[in-house]
Amino acid sequence: MADVPTTAGVVVIGAGIVGNSLVHHLTRLGWTDVVQIDKGALPNPGGSTGHASNFIFTVDHSREITDLTLDSVAQYKEMGVFTQSGGFEIARTEERMEELRRRMSSAKAWGIESELVSPAFVKQKVPFIEEDQFIGAFWTPGVGVVDSLRAGTIMRERALATGELTVVPTVEVTGLDTEEGPHGRRRITRVRTSGGDIEAKVVVIAAGVWSPKLGDMAGISIPLTPAVHQMISVGPCPQLTETEGEISFPIVRDMDTFCYERQHGADMEVGSYAHRAILHEPEDIPSIEQAKLSPTEMPFTSDDFDPQLEQAYELMPELLGAEGAEMRYAINGLLSLTCDGNPILGESEVAGLWTASAVWIKEGPGVGRAVAEWMTDGHSEIDLHHSDIARFHEHQKRREHTRLRTTESFIKTYGIVHPGEQYESDRDQRLSPMHDSQAKLGAVFFETAGWERPFWYETNASLLEAYGDAVMPREHEWDSRWWSPIINAEHLRMREAAAVIDLSAFCIFDIEGPEALDVVQKTCVAQCDVAVGKVVYTPVLDAKGGFRSDLTVMRLGDEHYRVVTGGAHGMADRAWFSGHLPETGSTTLTDLTDDVSTIGIWGPRARDIVSSLTSDDVSDAGFGFLSCREIELAGTSVLASRISYVGELGWELYVPMEHAAGLWEALLEAGAPHGAVPAGIGVYGTTGRIEKGYRAYGAELDSERTIVEAGMQRPKVKAAHFVGKEAYLAQRETAPSTVLCTLTVDDHTSASGARRYMLGGEPILTRDGGTLTDGHGRHPYVTSAGSAPSLGKHVLLAYLPPDQAVIGNQLAVSYMEELYPVTVGSVDATPLLDPTNERIR
Amino acid sequence: MTNPLVCVKRVVDATSEVVLTEDAQGVDGRYAGFTTSAHEECAVELAVRIAADGGAATVVTLGDDDAVEQLRAALAVGCAAATHVVADPQAFGPADVAREIAAVVRDHEAAGTPHELVLLGNDAADTGDFQVGIRLAYELGWPVVNGVSTVSVADGEVTATGSGPDGHETFRLPLPAVVTVLEGGVEPRYPSVPGRMKAKKAPIEERRPTADPVGPSRVRLVLPPPSPSTVQVLGEGPASAPAVVDLFEQLGVLAR
Amino acid sequence: MIVVLVEVTPTGEVVETSREAMTFARDLAAAGGGVPIDAVVVGHPDDALVGTLASYGARRVHALTGAAYDSFSGAAWAAGLMAVRERAGAVVVTAAGTSRGNEVLAHVAARSALPMAANVVSFSSLSPFTVTRQVVGGAALEEMSLSQRPAIFTLAGHAVEAAPAATAGAGELVVETPDVADADLLARVISTEEPEPDLSGNLKSARVVVGAGRGAGSAEGFDDLLELAELLDASLGVSRVVTSLGWRPHHEQVGQTGSRISPDLYIPCGISGAIQHWAGCSSAKTILAINTDPDAPMVTKATHAVIGDLHEIIPAVNAEIRRRRA
Repeated sequence: MADVPTTAGVVVIGAGIVGNSLVHHLTRLGWTDVVQIDKGALPNPGGSTGHASNFIFTVDHSREITDLTLDSVAQYKEMGVFTQSGGFEIARTEERMEELRRRMSSAKAWGIESELVSPAFVKQKVPFIEEDQFIGAFWTPGVGVVDSLRAGTIMRERALATGELTVVPTVEVTGLDTEEGPHGRRRITRVRTSGGDIEAKVVVIAAGVWSPKLGDMAGISIPLTPAVHQMISVGPCPQLTETEGEISFPIVRDMDTFCYERQHGADMEVGSYAHRAILHEPEDIPSIEQAKLSPTEMPFTSDDFDPQLEQAYELMPELLGAEGAEMRYAINGLLSLTCDGNPILGESEVAGLWTASAVWIKEGPGVGRAVAEWMTDGHSEIDLHHSDIARFHEHQKRREHTRLRTTESFIKTYGIVHPGEQYESDRDQRLSPMHDSQAKLGAVFFETAGWERPFWYETNASLLEAYGDAVMPREHEWDSRWWSPIINAEHLRMREAAAVIDLSAFCIFDIEGPEALDVVQKTCVAQCDVAVGKVVYTPVLDAKGGFRSDLTVMRLGDEHYRVVTGGAHGMADRAWFSGHLPETGSTTLTDLTDDVSTIGIWGPRARDIVSSLTSDDVSDAGFGFLSCREIELAGTSVLASRISYVGELGWELYVPMEHAAGLWEALLEAGAPHGAVPAGIGVYGTTGRIEKGYRAYGAELDSERTIVEAGMQRPKVKAAHFVGKEAYLAQRETAPSTVLCTLTVDDHTSASGARRYMLGGEPILTRDGGTLTDGHGRHPYVTSAGSAPSLGKHVLLAYLPPDQAVIGNQLAVSYMEELYPVTVGSVDATPLLDPTNERIR
Repeated sequence: MTNPLVCVKRVVDATSEVVLTEDAQGVDGRYAGFTTSAHEECAVELAVRIAADGGAATVVTLGDDDAVEQLRAALAVGCAAATHVVADPQAFGPADVAREIAAVVRDHEAAGTPHELVLLGNDAADTGDFQVGIRLAYELGWPVVNGVSTVSVADGEVTATGSGPDGHETFRLPLPAVVTVLEGGVEPRYPSVPGRMKAKKAPIEERRPTADPVGPSRVRLVLPPPSPSTVQVLGEGPASAPAVVDLFEQLGVLAR
Repeated sequence: MIVVLVEVTPTGEVVETSREAMTFARDLAAAGGGVPIDAVVVGHPDDALVGTLASYGARRVHALTGAAYDSFSGAAWAAGLMAVRERAGAVVVTAAGTSRGNEVLAHVAARSALPMAANVVSFSSLSPFTVTRQVVGGAALEEMSLSQRPAIFTLAGHAVEAAPAATAGAGELVVETPDVADADLLARVISTEEPEPDLSGNLKSARVVVGAGRGAGSAEGFDDLLELAELLDASLGVSRVVTSLGWRPHHEQVGQTGSRISPDLYIPCGISGAIQHWAGCSSAKTILAINTDPDAPMVTKATHAVIGDLHEIIPAVNAEIRRRRA
């Protein structure tokens, strides 16, 4: 076996499905001198890949995960290690059937062939199933199983064939050395191993459940937890022995019991996600020598599995109870879970130190390709922002947070998760100074980036009567879960008088120094070389012209800019700007998020209210739109910025945390006579925004979308260079492949007579249910959905094929497998409400 | 109709590197997990086969609360009843365990379900004392056959065979008797799904020890010092054949 | 005084592990100030056997004879051993940790209501008498106190090297015919099937030994291994599980309860390398392990290794040998 080289172009730590895919794609993309190490032996070094059940269901509610899965399937197929079996997800309850209908929406949105079928249909393909145990099923013919170990070997061998890969198994990493770089950012210099040290400027941790331990060696957090997935193998089953090969019958996911049944030759594997969350610490995983099977195949705890055994037996008694069928193998297999269920990918805060962790078999090859692209070009074809390691806020990096959240989410692996669903554990991590006051107002708090943000205020229920049906009440429980008509009442009051909104979750950072202008010009599309006191709203692009973010930049001085961006994506934005600071160190980035609170006040009476609290000139002439300056407000000096995400006259007020509560009270008090109310994020994030057609990063905007497709191009492009400029210029010269449109729902009446309201993610079809396909080969789906109370309409945003992007075009949205008529209202950023923006003046 | 009693012990599944408990009085099963030893699995299999004549096999263990897992494992493969002497097994020496099993045999007999045959493993996979079965025989005043791999019962006699130093040996003796089993004579079955489900619901007789234990005379456990590996790996799979034969030539064992 | 139960082969030789037990007893006797050692054998020993035991330091050789000793019964052997011990007032009763040794001494311990230590490898103190013994199949050691008299223990196979005494014992033969109760003869061997002829007669002296363990897979899985043995003019040695499972005869077993070998080259194939086996093969000069598991103890302890399935590797090696010879 090879010795450990003393230097490497890149070191990949791990020889599971991810590490193997990485070395293949890195060498394919031209990386040289690639070294792959693993503490285990090949081909199965003992990680989670070695005991994976290896089946792939392609439909997920997340587009990012679905795309990685589809790419992985394509790669597995190309390697000849994919066996198509088809798969059923069966429903034992009506509630689950509804979830399967919702799954159909995702299938159609992502273009995956699926259908809802009867128990008799299932019985025909799986003769040993008990039909009377369930009421229907979701059938995906493209489901299959893979040989992930073989795939790993093939990819490793392909990399070896380039002559650029050295593989060293049975070598354990003992340390990761870093050194100080510019701006105090450390960078990776060396991998220490039991077989000698390797000097390297680029290192990837692809070590699955051990990744946190390796991250610790370099002082970075890779917040995943090893968790147990129980699996038993029963056989030989006579019904299975007669079939050829590994799998002949479709895989059955028994969604309501959180189990699956998957044929493996003559055996039936029964897996479970129903048991209590059994979490381990990475340090407590046994060594290869200590482990009985492999380190990630922990001793089976049969008590945890017994209830599932009964449910599996109910479903397949003839098979599982067959003469001679025995439980021959049972494990508590370890896999990786994260606090939000997404992988952990990308470059860490230590320059050159990457990770590709918390990845399952179904995403492995796709992740390997995407991360290799990212490492090579700075971006990947598939948008990975939900999986970016930079997304984690400090509180999310704690082991305790990961433990609590995964304990809560484990049972949701097969659960019915509402898109608005909130976590219950480890809340109250970040409280705005107004929190107590808000609680007294009956605030219903939703969490964003650890911040507790009021979504609406129960004390505003008194408005419901005044607005009557204008609040667009929702009669169906699913549609109204995690929602309240009070949001719409708050919205209407804002449009009528004013609303005060807590925006403390904003991520705020200052860029100061002689090169501050260069930094923002380089990262932002919009012209930032503006007068001091100007506010700029701007997209941020990657090199291929996809969205990295959209945010606002204020010029506070010649060499001083303030960047304000959403909390959820703020950490990734901060990392992006940090990565574009000059090496000289003369220009710095300072995070003010925890020091500065933001309060918004908007509505036709906003100026009256603000002027009652200040002697400064806040008239349109004295304080124009898109300008900012310090004013004295209710005895406190605040930075006021005249900007709006809800399409109303008003300001974002940046105030030191310690004065925020006082300002909040003063605004509410001064606003009361004008009819102002506190309003929640339901207004700010959905209703106010959607009426104005404002795009949101993560919904309409991501790295696979362009400014032109999103209809956000300005007449001119600034002369200064910025990241993605070349691509953007090219995009402007060609017709878009897809066009972001605003649609309204014409009729909400379902077959049962109940009025239904879409929540987002639903496919847009022709009026008679035909499929649409845009120039990217994608199918249109709802990127944002919400009430537009001032229009009396339910509004949907969706990218449509250009030929369908015609105002007045009549299409349909599929919701829970029923079609509802919709009409295109806007084919660019022109808002449906107040298209000339009179209200903002 | 035979109603054998079979004795099992919850032991660490020490097929890998052994980890000791903090007090060095036992083996830590955190990573390796717990099991019933191969000898005892064979004893259970033999008991179930012997009871197939219309009798019922009962499994007994002396162990902590978790040892119920080993009882259920035996119930899942065909034992009909289980008795759990709830006690800290580390505090019980071989004589203590033999006394407690004898008490179970006597109490079951008094309750109208006599066991005419008691099967045990030849030695415990952890403590390796090689004596519980023999001590049990003296407690009961029964004969004992040791280290056999097949056991059958017919006409009130038990026939057992096993490998001895001078060849394959056969014993035949009248019941009641104690027999200790070595693996190899029978293939123990794995549990079936219905078997496991039945085992889950089967009632387990719980009892306390009849007397305070004398103890195992154990001072402490220690691990032998690890020897550093200096192995030279010649290769993987059949492709390494030339390297292997090179070694033979180098050692001069290929001459002919 | 120390009483040592000694086992004898059908051809009348002292088995190696019993010679080891005599050797260990001598060390213990020396530490105790030179107490005498008596050996106990079953059946009528010839002069050579008595001579051997004398050379190992036996003061007396007690021979248990009579109808009760025509075939094996653990209880009967124990009765005879105890009669000798009681008469002589021995403070230690010991034997090799073989199946017979462990069984008979367990009978002695049960009859005496005394503790017993199985598979002792060393003693650390005489007062209190403290021994170290193998537990968990040799993967761990237990320090155990044997404070009562007589101390009853068996010695783990190959824990010491058998060596004759510097000064031979008197070797006085004492023929015993103990009274054995009928109850002690209930569980006795009623028939013994002759083992297969010993093809590994030279196992202990072989220059090359091909080893086989559970990885052979079945009784039919030895063809390639036997061919390799033939090509190398080697003997076949197997692990305990192979004989337990009935795949190969007992006399081919290498390890604590089998032979100890010291060839120039040992080729353990599909043997994980538990302590029991290692004790029998650790003296090999070169060890080439063939195993699917690169972390198997046999691989890490070996001098050379090939990772993979023996059923793929051995045929390739055999073919390579034939090719080079052709």
